[in-house]
Amino acid sequence: MKRFIPHPLLAFSLLLMWLLLNQSVSPGQIVLGGAVALLASGAMTALKPEKVQLRSVRPIPRLLASVIVDIVRSNIAVARIVLFPAQKDRVSGFVRMPIDLRNQYGVAVLACIITATPGTMWVQFDRKSNSLLVHVLDLIDEQEWIALIKRRYEALLMEIFE
Amino acid sequence: MIQAPDLPAWAAFIVAFLIVTGAAITLIGSFGLLRLGSFYERVHSPTLGTTLGTAFIVLGSMTCFSVLQSRPLVHELLILAFVTITTPVTLMLLARAALYRDRTEGREDVPLIDENDEQALAEI
Repeated sequence: MKRFIPHPLLAFSLLLMWLLLNQSVSPGQIVLGGAVALLASGAMTALKPEKVQLRSVRPIPRLLASVIVDIVRSNIAVARIVLFPAQKDRVSGFVRMPIDLRNQYGVAVLACIITATPGTMWVQFDRKSNSLLVHVLDLIDEQEWIALIKRRYEALLMEIFE
Repeated sequence: MIQAPDLPAWAAFIVAFLIVTGAAITLIGSFGLLRLGSFYERVHSPTLGTTLGTAFIVLGSMTCFSVLQSRPLVHELLILAFVTITTPVTLMLLARAALYRDRTEGREDVPLIDENDEQALAEI
């Protein structure tokens, strides 16, 4: 199994994407999409990516839900800052926080979540000290931000990846 | 190919609401790009368009074509997924480039490379 399908999860996602794009589940499309998925995931082997080890998939829906809620909430917050800039003194700034997450895929997902959310942006990750640098548009309490990211995302990502 | 006149009124209202909301959110995001102060602040603003803005427009498109073709269409969700996943990569690249520039220029309002450097600087 491993030899024929080196990256089963990637191959499956590619097949799913193929079928969605073609809007059909006819046998012909499944065969064609399957061939594309196998070829593309085989090509991935040449890049020799580090193996993805999912320890648990159960926290994924919870993570997804909190990401969506946070994205909606921060969209409103940033829109308010843009539309009514004079309402209050707003300070933006960098926050440096140490994180316990070590898995590189976990860190990558955290980077995407933080940057995709309006109002926070991932700037740098220092592998040596395992600290990350985040730019926050509306920085009220630095410690609160650190606690929020740790509690809402990092804990769940550690459950998934470590 | 104009299909929209075939939409029943209730669907047209929903689609119009979703599209206009999505476009408005994207507009606010672009406006922020113009209005906010520093580079780091500005980069935050376009994410409005790539998250909720895209989400509303995709939902509008899904509603429109699902009603027109009388079957649920979900492949637009791929657009949402790819836009949301790929923009952070570009933004991070831009932010890193800006940070590199500012550090090379020796600006003092940007953080240094790591904490040790900051401590060392504080001791001087």
